[in-house]
Amino acid sequence: MKLSELIPLIDATVLAGTDADPEIACGYTCDLLSWVMAHGAPGMAWVTVQTHLNVIAVAVLSEMACVILPESIDMEQESLDKARAEGMTVLRSPLPAYEICGRLYAQGVPAGA
Amino acid sequence: MEGLIHEEYYVNKGDYVTAGSASADMKRKLRQLGVSALVLRRLAVASYEVELNLVIHSLGGKLIFDVDSTGVTLISTDKGPGIPDIEMAMREGYSTANDEARSLGFGAGMGLPNMKRNADEFSIESQPGVGTTITMRFLL
Repeated sequence: MKLSELIPLIDATVLAGTDADPEIACGYTCDLLSWVMAHGAPGMAWVTVQTHLNVIAVAVLSEMACVILPESIDMEQESLDKARAEGMTVLRSPLPAYEICGRLYAQGVPAGA
Repeated sequence: MEGLIHEEYYVNKGDYVTAGSASADMKRKLRQLGVSALVLRRLAVASYEVELNLVIHSLGGKLIFDVDSTGVTLISTDKGPGIPDIEMAMREGYSTANDEARSLGFGAGMGLPNMKRNADEFSIESQPGVGTTITMRFLL
């Protein structure tokens, strides 16, 4: 699945985006950043309710495809600015994390390592 | 062995805003050298964890990053407070992080185990009241 297909699948809004349309390699949801560092992978779509700057750092270091905020959560402007500067896509979905992951999984996106 | 890169990064206590910038810079430099994606990822995880440990737990410290033709050495040294029980600190799930760190999603007790898992060589020395030194080596 491409990022451009993921966006309508979860009714997402793009809060920070790039021109790239990467393949979504896998999905993950977790709000403990150390845990995510241990399990993050390139091309991952990561669902989290955390919105601070370190979220972008973790996503960039793990070379993820995107960060997804569930339940219409807002992200701080400084985090969005950093996401744009680092070329990281941030999406916001009205769906709860459980349903976002369910929709991705049903479309064949596997769990992360 | 002649060094290819030598950098030092100062990390301040409680500075969550710039946490990760040293790791990102090291990763960028290694990528320019053509280091494999797997080693880059392992180094990024370990360096981010050690960088965050300085922010969360130390009174401030620095990262010393050296690259030679066979590998990468990353040393973290700090000004204290030191770790009274290293064996406990190395245990997965054990953390002494404060509420601020936990509210940001840190303090899962994964930092030191993540470093050890991702480095080819890992050593930690600490003296309460003096400071902690962590040395990691990644083979290229």
